[in-house]
Amino acid sequence: MSELSVIGRRLPKVNVWEHLTGSAKYADDIALPRLLHGKLLRSTEPHARITRIDLSRALAHPGVVAACTGRDMPEKMGIMPSTQDETALAVDRVRYVGEPVAAVAAIDEDAAFEALSLIDVAYEPLPTILTIDEALTREDVRIHEESRNRANVFKEVHLEFGDVEQGFADAEHVRDDWFFFEGNTHAPIEQHSAVASFDADGKLTLWTSTQVPHYLHRELEKVLGLPRSRIRVIATPNGGAFGGKSDPFGHEFAACWLSMKTGRPVKITLDREEVFYAHRGRHPVKMRIRTGVKKDGAITAVHYQSYLDGGAYASYGIATTYYTGALLTVTYRIPAYKFDGTRVYTNKPPCGPKRGHGSTQPRYGFECQLDKIAADLGLDPLELRLRNLQPANSKTVNELRVTSMGLGDALEQAARASGYRDRERARGRGMGIAGSAYISGAGLPIYWNDMPHSGAVVTLDRGGGVLVSCGTAEIGQGSDMLLASVAAEELGVVPEDVHVVSGDTALAPVDLGSYSSRVTFMAGNAVRMAAAQLRRALLDAAADKLGVPVERLGCAFRRIYDLRDPERFVPFVDAVVAAESKVGTLSARGYYKPPKLAGDYKGSGVGPSPAYSYSACVADVSVDEESGRITVNKIVVAHDCGRALNPVNVEGQIEGSAYMGMAEILMEEQVFRGGLHKKPSLLDYKLPTAKDTPELEAVIVETIDSEGPYGAKEAGEGPLNPVIPAIANAVYDAIGVRFDETPITAAKVLDALAKKKARVGPDGLADGADPRNAMRRLLATTEKRERKRAGGSDPFDLAVPSERRKSEGSG
Amino acid sequence: MTDKTLMRLNVNRQRYEVAAAPHHTLLEVLREECGLTGTKHGCELGECGACTVLLDGAPVYSCLTLALEAEGHEVTTVEGLARGSELDPLQTAFAAEGAAQCGYCTPGILLAAKALLERNPRPTRAEMAEAISGNLCRCTGYTAIYEAIERAASERAP
Repeated sequence: MSELSVIGRRLPKVNVWEHLTGSAKYADDIALPRLLHGKLLRSTEPHARITRIDLSRALAHPGVVAACTGRDMPEKMGIMPSTQDETALAVDRVRYVGEPVAAVAAIDEDAAFEALSLIDVAYEPLPTILTIDEALTREDVRIHEESRNRANVFKEVHLEFGDVEQGFADAEHVRDDWFFFEGNTHAPIEQHSAVASFDADGKLTLWTSTQVPHYLHRELEKVLGLPRSRIRVIATPNGGAFGGKSDPFGHEFAACWLSMKTGRPVKITLDREEVFYAHRGRHPVKMRIRTGVKKDGAITAVHYQSYLDGGAYASYGIATTYYTGALLTVTYRIPAYKFDGTRVYTNKPPCGPKRGHGSTQPRYGFECQLDKIAADLGLDPLELRLRNLQPANSKTVNELRVTSMGLGDALEQAARASGYRDRERARGRGMGIAGSAYISGAGLPIYWNDMPHSGAVVTLDRGGGVLVSCGTAEIGQGSDMLLASVAAEELGVVPEDVHVVSGDTALAPVDLGSYSSRVTFMAGNAVRMAAAQLRRALLDAAADKLGVPVERLGCAFRRIYDLRDPERFVPFVDAVVAAESKVGTLSARGYYKPPKLAGDYKGSGVGPSPAYSYSACVADVSVDEESGRITVNKIVVAHDCGRALNPVNVEGQIEGSAYMGMAEILMEEQVFRGGLHKKPSLLDYKLPTAKDTPELEAVIVETIDSEGPYGAKEAGEGPLNPVIPAIANAVYDAIGVRFDETPITAAKVLDALAKKKARVGPDGLADGADPRNAMRRLLATTEKRERKRAGGSDPFDLAVPSERRKSEGSG
Repeated sequence: MTDKTLMRLNVNRQRYEVAAAPHHTLLEVLREECGLTGTKHGCELGECGACTVLLDGAPVYSCLTLALEAEGHEVTTVEGLARGSELDPLQTAFAAEGAAQCGYCTPGILLAAKALLERNPRPTRAEMAEAISGNLCRCTGYTAIYEAIERAASERAP
């Protein structure tokens, strides 16, 4: 593989033109004859029994054609087969404000809106659980009656590797810190949309903005009772997704049900407020990290504990819980490691996977803690990291196999590009550094099976065209270009010669979907395997024509040529004709299944990946101590992507990740007042505009992975992770305050400076080690609130709760 | 239901005669009555900028503009950027620089950038940031968009 003609070049994406001319068909752009418009009625209660739901007035509206409630689709569903606790529309009970409870289909959008107000729903409110501490302590409320564990605990994990006790005993310095990562959401600019069409032949087609057409296909079969052979899911181009479109959603089922009922196509497009309720975004996580080190900085042991606020349903929560603990070990050598993870239910929109899935929150905590350790030991934070690097081609203490490993290079290059080592030390200006890692695809599928994770078929036409079909979902990350590039490289044509059919369960072999940064690695290998077979057939045919041995042939730019004399060649088209004459129709299949990598313990299925990407970030910030405002001057992210198949694409992923990471640490938070979302609009939930976004520099680090296609690893998610702690560390560098919670807002900065705090962050679970204290505090504040409402006492009388706590503490 | 009103719109140098409810926005009428779905929506409340079109050359949010208000004005949508099959330099520059990832905010940003270059052929990065600050992009971090506008600017006025 000495010379590459497509891979590594800065080429425009094959599917970019439709986006630039307005001709791309996103789901909401689809119009079909006799189309009906659907709308969902959503819960106004955070937790309640539905005592009555009556559609008759809505159905009597002249524009309404059909309507349904949860009872019409009562089958449990959810993305992970082992934890299905959701229904398409709520049945008998609602668990968050915004949960869909009914759906209508009408002749136009205005009529559908009117009909929603004609649906009669009566709720009987139930007590709500809104925080991690409440969920851990209250046994009197159960969000899910069927919870097998503690009342509102969804999942508990306890894992230990190596001799942790000895590790801490050997340590010369131990840090024990609590962190809190606030929840936030994906906010793709395209709102979710689905169009279903049930046709007279008894077949259902669903066009939808989904990242996971295959998994959705399975859930539709289950809920609708229609065999999968009669359902076709087409993932339309996603107008951004970031993990937010990787669950099966109520509106998708409702559109299908309403189409099956009416025999007409039905479209349901969420409005922006509904997108905030659909959520499945970043889990709020409270975490405690204990790390032991030698005086030279060598890590001896880590004990990581996380408490995840999962919201009302499972989503990918079981994987998220494991991911908070699984990936800390692949960056730095950790000889002994203990992980405790707990995910709880709360009455808020369900949390799920957002870019960096579950690894983002612990990476923030751990990299901030490493910064503190460096300060404690008098080491430079960069030096501390370089001393602890996990070696390439090694195994971690939790049995993860590491192949190529470019974190050291990435740290050095990020430091060089940012001038980190020569930075000026001035109050109010600071630089911070952090490293991280991410998977190139999950090693296991979400449902147990022995089939490939990605399949592809490549077919050649007699005119020199190439058809690639593969079930990947194009979500803007460039997967169609990846498929075209790999096929073109292998066959010696250019990407424009390749026609890509993707995201269609009827027309392409299964690919598990665009999640866990798996597509480049897995679909890339599948397409390469298929194209390589056709390449052999073409070279055989060309060898006959040129009279030279096959080994002496190369192919590029639509020619198959003699390597010794490139002017002697067979045009690609002629080789296709010759090969098809010789061996028949030119079509080949390829597939990829990761090697068996899971360790020998329960819970080992989350974490293994055929390869890990590595990223390092240096952030340069200024903090205005008058206003508390943090200005990011520049973010440099160096990312080990194995090989950049298309540097434009890789840089775009790195820059987009840097932007999103900055937003998570400085601006974005999905927060609630009571059970109500405080900011379900893009006006209140701040996304960085062009003016909020600093200069971003992407540095590509190549390590040429032994198993990735042409050596490639992921680039879509990993580069986000180090940005968050790098900025927090830079803020410390600038003003000497540790922010052990996100986001770092101007108000928090001002408050910390005014009160001369050295640190802002949680001190533990509620009142400390004993979670029962949380209950006591909760009761006290509730009482105070009630009294205030009744007008009985001075609202500023703080003595009431503290006295009560004291008396309870002594009793 | 509200009675429909006849509307006469000039969009992309073509005359459209359509009937729509008078409270429908330019965004709705372009997408639903004219079939011009290149104009996108991300909030329908004037927060994201995805629906940006040009009204007599100036960028407006079509979700905050009544279709009736656009009568008598020249509306330009993303479909009107190319002349025949010849793309605008901004479109080719966005392709070359990877300035469109998911492509959803792209039509609005292309039009905001078009208006910028018409009044300021060689904008600085700060001027570009100002010009597209009403358009949210969730994919690129805006960097590639600046590079694309710079490339288009140098191609238009070398």
